[in-house]
Amino acid sequence: MLAPVSEAEMAEAVAAATGPLRVSGGGTRGLAGAGETLSTAGLRGVELYEPGALTIVVRAGTPLCDVEEALAAEGQRLPFEPMDHRRLTGAEGAPTIGGVVAANASGPRRVQAGACRDSLIGVRVVDGTGTVVKNGGRVMKNVTGFDLVKLLAGSWGTLGVLTEVAFKVLPAPAASATLEIGGLEPGRAVAALSAALCSPYEVSGAAHLTEAGRTLVRIEGFEAQVAYRAERLADLLGRFGAVSVDREGVAGTWAEVRDAAPLAGRAGDVWRVSVRPSDGPRAWAALGEPPAVIDWGGGLIWALLPEGTDARAALADLPGHATLVRASAEVRARLGTFHPEAPALARLAAELRAMFDPRGILNPGLMER
Amino acid sequence: MQMPEPDARILAAKPRVVARLRAALPAEAVIDAPEELRAYECDALTAYTCPPLAVTLPASTEEVAAVLRICHDEGVPVVPRGSGTSLAGGALPTADSVILGVARLTDVLEVNYSDRIIRVQTGRTNLSVTGAVEDEGFFYAPDPSSQLACAIAGNIAMNSGGAHCLKYGVTTNNLLGATMVLMDGTVVEVGGAHLDASGYDWLGLICGSEGMLGVVTEATLRILPRPEGALPVLMGFASAEAAGACVADIIKAGVLPVAIEYMDRLCIEVTDKFSGAGYPDCDALLIVEVEGAPAEIDAQLGLITEIAARHDPVEMRRAADADEAARIWKGRKSAFGAVGQINDYMCLDGTIPVSELPHVLRRIGELSEEYGLQVGNVFHAGDGNMHPLILFDANKPGDLETCEAMGAEILKLCVEVGGCLTGEHGVGIEKRDLMGHQFTPGDMEAQMRVKDVFDPAWLLNPAKVFPLTVSAPRRDRRAAAA
Repeated sequence: MLAPVSEAEMAEAVAAATGPLRVSGGGTRGLAGAGETLSTAGLRGVELYEPGALTIVVRAGTPLCDVEEALAAEGQRLPFEPMDHRRLTGAEGAPTIGGVVAANASGPRRVQAGACRDSLIGVRVVDGTGTVVKNGGRVMKNVTGFDLVKLLAGSWGTLGVLTEVAFKVLPAPAASATLEIGGLEPGRAVAALSAALCSPYEVSGAAHLTEAGRTLVRIEGFEAQVAYRAERLADLLGRFGAVSVDREGVAGTWAEVRDAAPLAGRAGDVWRVSVRPSDGPRAWAALGEPPAVIDWGGGLIWALLPEGTDARAALADLPGHATLVRASAEVRARLGTFHPEAPALARLAAELRAMFDPRGILNPGLMER
Repeated sequence: MQMPEPDARILAAKPRVVARLRAALPAEAVIDAPEELRAYECDALTAYTCPPLAVTLPASTEEVAAVLRICHDEGVPVVPRGSGTSLAGGALPTADSVILGVARLTDVLEVNYSDRIIRVQTGRTNLSVTGAVEDEGFFYAPDPSSQLACAIAGNIAMNSGGAHCLKYGVTTNNLLGATMVLMDGTVVEVGGAHLDASGYDWLGLICGSEGMLGVVTEATLRILPRPEGALPVLMGFASAEAAGACVADIIKAGVLPVAIEYMDRLCIEVTDKFSGAGYPDCDALLIVEVEGAPAEIDAQLGLITEIAARHDPVEMRRAADADEAARIWKGRKSAFGAVGQINDYMCLDGTIPVSELPHVLRRIGELSEEYGLQVGNVFHAGDGNMHPLILFDANKPGDLETCEAMGAEILKLCVEVGGCLTGEHGVGIEKRDLMGHQFTPGDMEAQMRVKDVFDPAWLLNPAKVFPLTVSAPRRDRRAAAA
C-alpha cells in the first residue's frame, strides 16, 4: 500500500506508478477500483478554519469525524449531512472527508441545503499524470475559470486523487423537531412530504420508511422558530393523519434515514434510486414494493431487493438512475454498479477521463459500469 | 484588451456561410446587414465593440443544432449570447464569428409544484421565471441585479449569483437539468427533475463555463416556496473595521441572514442623494435582511441588533413594515445607477475572505490615491463578494486605461489575500489576462482540457476566459487545420 504523507509525495507516487492504483480514503463505501492501494490517510488535518467566514479547508485524508468535531466546537456543521455507508457495507475504518467528496455523499438535508457538491468550494487534486491541479478556492462565491470543483465531487477518484477540499459550512441550529405521521402508504406519504416541502417552513428532511410506515418531516432553527413551525406544519399535515412531534430523538431518527439503517444487515442487494420526487411511489411499486427508505421527499429510494434483481429493468423508462450500492461481486459484474449513460455522455466521460488520466491508472473500471 | 485577429478566410466565406444559415433557419432568424449587426457588437461591457460576421436567432433546440453544425462544418467561431447583459464581455463577438442568440427561446415547458421545478427555454429572463410561478407562492432564487433583462442561458453560462445567495446559493445550486447542444450539433440531455444527475457532474461543469462548452437551450430549475416575510435592518458604523467585525460576529452567532449588504461613504452619499433613502452620515453601512414569520423576523433582528450594538453603531434602523423596508433597500438597489449618474465607472467583482475586509478596503483606498481615481465600494459582505466601482472619465484620453490598470491591481489584491478574480460576473475578456495570477499554467491546462473534450476545434467562444497567449496554441491549431 502507498500512503504518501504530503501532496508532493502523492504527486510523486502517482507519477511513478507503473500499474493501476486503487485510490482509497477510509474504504467504507463499498466501491473500489482494482490495483495497488493508494491511501490518502497520510494527508490529515484542518488547514484553515474561519468560523466568521463560514469556510473550512481540510486535507483529504482527514477523518470525517475530526472535521465534524472541529465544526461543532464553533457551533457549525457541514450542511449536507454526509451519509455513512458503514451500516450498509459493514466496512470498518473511518470515512474520510476526501471520500465524502469523491462519493458526493449527501444526506436527508439535500432537499434544503444541497448536496456535498453544493457546499464544496475548492479542491486540490493530483491528476493521473502526477500533476497537482487546484480549482476553486476558499471563498464561497467564485466563478473564476471552469468549475472543476463540482466535476471532482462524485468522480470516485477516477479523474484525480483529492489532496485538499474546502467547504462552505453553516451554523448548526439550536433546536430541531421531527414530525411524524403513521400508517401512510408511499403514495400518500410522498404527497404529505411534498406538501411539507412546498410550505415556507424550510423543511430540512422529508422521508418515509416503508416497513415501519413512518412518514417523517424535520424542521430546524432557533427554539421559538421550531415551536412555531412545528405547530404550523402539524396543522398543514393534519389532513394526512395524526401528527406527532418529537424533540428528543431527532438526531437518531435522521441518522437512520441518512444511512438507510432499516436495510442494514439483511440479505439481498441494496439499490439507490434517484427519480423525480413525485415519481417515487411509482418507482417503488415498479421495484416490487420492497423494504425501502424513501428520502428527499420521494426523490431518493434506498431499496432492498432480492439478490440479482435488475432494478434498472424494473424501472424501465422512468426518468432517473439506479446505483447498485451493495451486492456480491457476481451480481455487480452482471448488472454493473453505475447506471449506463446515454451514448453522447458516455463518450464525453471516457474522453474526459482520458484527458485527466491518460494512462488509465486511477481506479480503472470504476464508474464505467 | 486584445481580441484575436479575424480569420480572413472566414471573412471571405461570409456569403456562403450566411446562405447556408438562411437555408437552415426562417428568414427573420439570420441577420447579416451591417447596420443591424451593430446591435450585437457588444454586451454590457460597452468599452469594447466589434460587429460579428452574422447573427442567428434560432427558436428551437433543433435550429440551435443546425446553426452549430453549419458553423462547425465551416470552421466558423460561434459566440453564444443571452440577453447581452454580461459585465465581463462574455458575449463580445469577433468579426469572424457568428452570434448565436437565444432571445427567441422563451417558453415555459413545464411547471410542477409538487416536484418544485420549472423547465424553461433558456432565452427566458430570470425575473420572468419567478413571474411564471409567483402566483402559486414560489420563486426562482438566484437574483442578479440585471434580473429584469438577463436570460437563464447567460445565468448558466456565468453561474450568476445575486444579493440573496448567502442563503439560497447561485445558479449552479439551483439547476437540476439541461438540454445542451455541443459545437458539432450533438444534443445531450443532462439530469432532469431528479435531485442528482448520474455520472460525472456535467451540470456543475456547464455552469460557469461561459458558453465555451455548449449551448444550453432548456433548463430544469429548482423553485422554492416564498418565505412568509422578510425585513431588513440598517446599521451605520464609524469604520470598515467595525462593520467587518460585526458581520463576522453575526455569522458566528449562528444567524444566517438572507442578505448582508455593505456600502462605503462614497456610495452612501451618492445613493442617498439619488434615492432619498435617508442614510446616516457614516463610513460604513450594513443592510441585513432576515426572513420568516413576524415573530421569527423579530427574534432574528433582535439578536442582530444586539450583536451590532457591541460595535458602536452610529445608527440602527429596523424596518417596521414593507414601506420602511423599501426605503432602506432603495439606495442600495440604485447604487450602480446612482454612481453612473455622477460618473463613468468600472465595476469589479472580486471575492475575498470576509476576515480580510478591513485590510482590502484600506489597500483600495491607498490605490485610489496612487492612481488618482475615486472608488466607491458596495458589496455582498456575507460572502465576501466585493463590487468596487472605480470612477473615471471616458472622454479623457488615457483614463480608461488607468482605470483598468487600477482594477487589475485590486483584483490581484483579492487573489493575494486568498480570494478570487470574479465572484459572480465571470471572466469573459475583462479578467482573462489576469487568470495567471490565480491559476498556474497547469491549473489552466486542466480547464482547457475540458474544452478540448467538448469542443476539440475550439470554435465556441474561443477567445474568452483564458489569456490569449495561453489559448493560442489550441486556437491556432484550428486555424491551421482549416
